[in-house]
Amino acid sequence: MRASIPHKSLTGSALLAVAGLLASVSAAMAEPPSRLAETGLYVDGTRTVRAENLPYAPQYPLWSDGASKRRWLYLPPGSVIDASDPDSWEFPVGTRLWKEFSHGRPIETRFIERLGDGTWQYAAYVWNADGTEALLAPETGVPDHQTDAAPGGHYPIPSREDCLACHEGAAKPVLGVSALQLSPDRDTDAVHAEALDPANLTLTDFVARGLVTNLPKALLDTPPRINASSPTERAALGYLHANCGHCHNNDGPLTLLDLVLAQNIASERDGTDDVRRTLLLKRSDFEMAGASLRVVPGKPEQSVLTLRMRARDALSQMPPLGNQVSDHEAIALIERWIQQHL
Amino acid sequence: MPKPLLVRIALLLAILPFSTASADTDKLDRGKYLVTVAGCNDCHTPFVLGPNGPEPDMSRMLSGHPNDMDLPNAPALPAGPWSVVVTDTNTAWAGPWGVSFTANLTPDPETGLGKWSLRNFVDTIRTGRHLGRGREILPPMPIPMYKNFTDADLDAIYTFLQSIPAVVNKVPDPLPPVVLTAAVDSEE
Repeated sequence: MRASIPHKSLTGSALLAVAGLLASVSAAMAEPPSRLAETGLYVDGTRTVRAENLPYAPQYPLWSDGASKRRWLYLPPGSVIDASDPDSWEFPVGTRLWKEFSHGRPIETRFIERLGDGTWQYAAYVWNADGTEALLAPETGVPDHQTDAAPGGHYPIPSREDCLACHEGAAKPVLGVSALQLSPDRDTDAVHAEALDPANLTLTDFVARGLVTNLPKALLDTPPRINASSPTERAALGYLHANCGHCHNNDGPLTLLDLVLAQNIASERDGTDDVRRTLLLKRSDFEMAGASLRVVPGKPEQSVLTLRMRARDALSQMPPLGNQVSDHEAIALIERWIQQHL
Repeated sequence: MPKPLLVRIALLLAILPFSTASADTDKLDRGKYLVTVAGCNDCHTPFVLGPNGPEPDMSRMLSGHPNDMDLPNAPALPAGPWSVVVTDTNTAWAGPWGVSFTANLTPDPETGLGKWSLRNFVDTIRTGRHLGRGREILPPMPIPMYKNFTDADLDAIYTFLQSIPAVVNKVPDPLPPVVLTAAVDSEE
């Protein structure tokens, strides 16, 4: 009998290991629900957002061809976000986020969820014209999705690989939810700044509700803001952070480019240090229209940064995906920064 | 008679480095094999005219389109099914997408893949985007086929590419179709 105990124990361990492996594989392979309504965003049978899905709005929004957006975050009961790294929060398993893109009416809602094995799942849901139903887009996206509501009647739905291109370019895949983006010290000069709806949660609210833990105390005493030499520079750096920093940062897979446009409020260095060091008079890997330097102070027309923001062809444009229309308001801001503040 | 435990551990430790070295050699061999049969040299190694016709110039193995090549504008093709033209080096391709120049795959840090991590390489092949997040990789690179390589295959290919001689060769950026059209128009 005694000999059978280790045998049972080994068998049990093996079974547990196999079960764990299967659960892991199952989680990794799980398909997102076929209908947005099944993701837990709404009260069943309605378009009313569930109370546990918390609305928020980053102070520096991503440009998406002028689409207006609403965003929600869900945390499983009793779980919290670890903000020990205020720039790169650690979200618990079961976290869900939604972002609704509208041009007068909802066109698309994107959904990401942290699965049981710690990986993230990405999905895009496409709304019908009546706004009554949103269905899961194919994994390859819908590059030629036509809708009268969008500029030019065309609104590409991203593929899952497109999702990965942006969301897995940073240390953590949740973009737009960080101490800086949710800071109550909001930048009123931010391009396309959204008025803060009282219902939207700020960093203060997240902490007060006990949803965020380990946030450095200094950021509670003094809400984070970009340390810049002027309001124009602050807004310019904020725009670059939100629209470029998820790929161009110093802790993701593109560090080999040595181009840092993300803000790092955890660092004691000035927020402009890395940006200036890697932009000003630095040779660009990509030459364009005779320009070969990333930024030439005082000369936006000779700076690859602004030339690529203006470009809208597939080979040159920046960002390379996620929009089709140049962000003229942002280009004017960045050019003013280069012209007058560098 | 069984060997004492310490002797067995010593033997194991003595064998281990050879075992690791063998695994590394296996991976390199596998990578070389895959690069060879997948036809990487067909486009990434410039062709020269040899006694037996066009053949890859292995002194510039996998170094991409030669930067010093004097390249006139791509010729205009008449309407019809012929839509692609290629230089005799097999490294510059003009078609409806514009002009693409094959990349330098050698480990030169400034002009090749010397600074690339395995993740950069895998992301590029899997997504068909430069470094996994930039512009799309252009024809004739067979991304739709190559994205099906296993992780182990891509690791082996990457390992082999990092082991070959570095060649300094800054490949030009691709040209968009509008530039090709303008160039063609100026010739007419």
